[in-house]
Amino acid sequence: MIPASFEYVVAHSLDETVGLLAKHGSDAKILSGGMSLIPAMKLRLAQPAFIIDVNGVSGLAYIREEHGELRIGAMTRESALERSSLVKHGYPILFETARVIADPLVRNRATIGGNLAHADPANDHPATMLALGATIVAHGPNGDRLIPIDEFFPSFFASALEPDEILTEIRIPAPGVRNGGAYIKFERKVGDYAIAAVAVNLTLDAHDTCIAARIGLTNVTDVPARATRAEAFLVGRRITDQAIADASRLAAHESDPKSDLRGSAEYKRDLVRVLAGRAIGRAVSRARGGSH
Amino acid sequence: MALRTVNFTINGEAKSVQAESRQLLVHCIRETLGLTGTHVGCETSHCGACTIHLDGEPVKSCTMFAVQAEGKSLTTVEGLAVGGTLNPVQEGFWEEHGLQCGFCTPGMMMTATALLRTVNEPTETEIREAISGNLCRCTGYVNIVKAIQYAQRKMHATPAPEAVLQGGD
Repeated sequence: MIPASFEYVVAHSLDETVGLLAKHGSDAKILSGGMSLIPAMKLRLAQPAFIIDVNGVSGLAYIREEHGELRIGAMTRESALERSSLVKHGYPILFETARVIADPLVRNRATIGGNLAHADPANDHPATMLALGATIVAHGPNGDRLIPIDEFFPSFFASALEPDEILTEIRIPAPGVRNGGAYIKFERKVGDYAIAAVAVNLTLDAHDTCIAARIGLTNVTDVPARATRAEAFLVGRRITDQAIADASRLAAHESDPKSDLRGSAEYKRDLVRVLAGRAIGRAVSRARGGSH
Repeated sequence: MALRTVNFTINGEAKSVQAESRQLLVHCIRETLGLTGTHVGCETSHCGACTIHLDGEPVKSCTMFAVQAEGKSLTTVEGLAVGGTLNPVQEGFWEEHGLQCGFCTPGMMMTATALLRTVNEPTETEIREAISGNLCRCTGYVNIVKAIQYAQRKMHATPAPEAVLQGGD
């Protein structure tokens, strides 16, 4: 499988990248980890005329807490997220997400920025970032622009990035008191996309009443989406087994899976119910101070 | 088609090759450099038969362009043995019968060598997770895991494992 011909350009700075994007517009694609782009090019699903390799742009790979946020550089490899003790202990939902993406060899190349910018509803980070209420930093000719994650996936396989913008950073609010999250994915085999996966991030008050909840769904909607009715059901309610079961049924109802080789729509919808129940349960346990 | 000059080191040797932008790294390694130990299996980033070390980390060379190797240090399966002596992982595959048809073996050994360099005493679960991006269709995982455990024991029985586990950078 040989990709179509293209012109390869190495960018050394963000300004140079933006300049190249402005010049070539939609003929150009940014190459970061390449783990989605290169397979798509080999299948000729993508035939960009220009490839802008940003692996040589320094200062885009970092994981740090500042200004009450976790800030992750777009070129941070999935393997770096997996190995980060800050992520593992402070943001277990993100650790759980990174370690189920593709396989360990792919994760040595794949980047968090690419996973989001590709805007594939089957990718794992979109649901988690929706649950975490992340903010995307896009760099363009006029500097940085902040995009709330809820506005980042406007339509099928499309992101809110302008043709002359590059995703540079992901910002996640630091967890407050009695906050917990979880990501649970069901896959046929290592390396496959999710049959379904559910990301949950919630906050409890001292009496176990849910005061905030966000639920993201993977590969069961046309664009990465939240289960907003399930969220609304949980907020203001004391968390009981019955409340979790009822919220999970709502999340399943809100999903819109398609029958394919991974299973029938009915099966996937029921899987969303089961996974949502488990993810809410694990998030609640973490919010109460447990590790699982 | 315009060719680009790409400079890198492979198995310790500096190379300068001409590559079309769209040439995959695995094809450059096999066809331009004649190092056919690195295999092309699925070509879809699933099987891991094309695994090499890129600056010491195992990656799938079918999912990179050769031009991306500029300035990098690569190691292929040909770089594991030094002076005709198998590295502990290769020896483990020999001793534990860690292969049947052998097609996945180069990728398995590259992944295993990288694992044992970064994790001192991996559990069986950690070994199985590490090779989860390398597919063996002879269903030989049991002996592959044994082979990697053999290498681990061998390295720990030796005073200076770093000196023994060659390959990589």
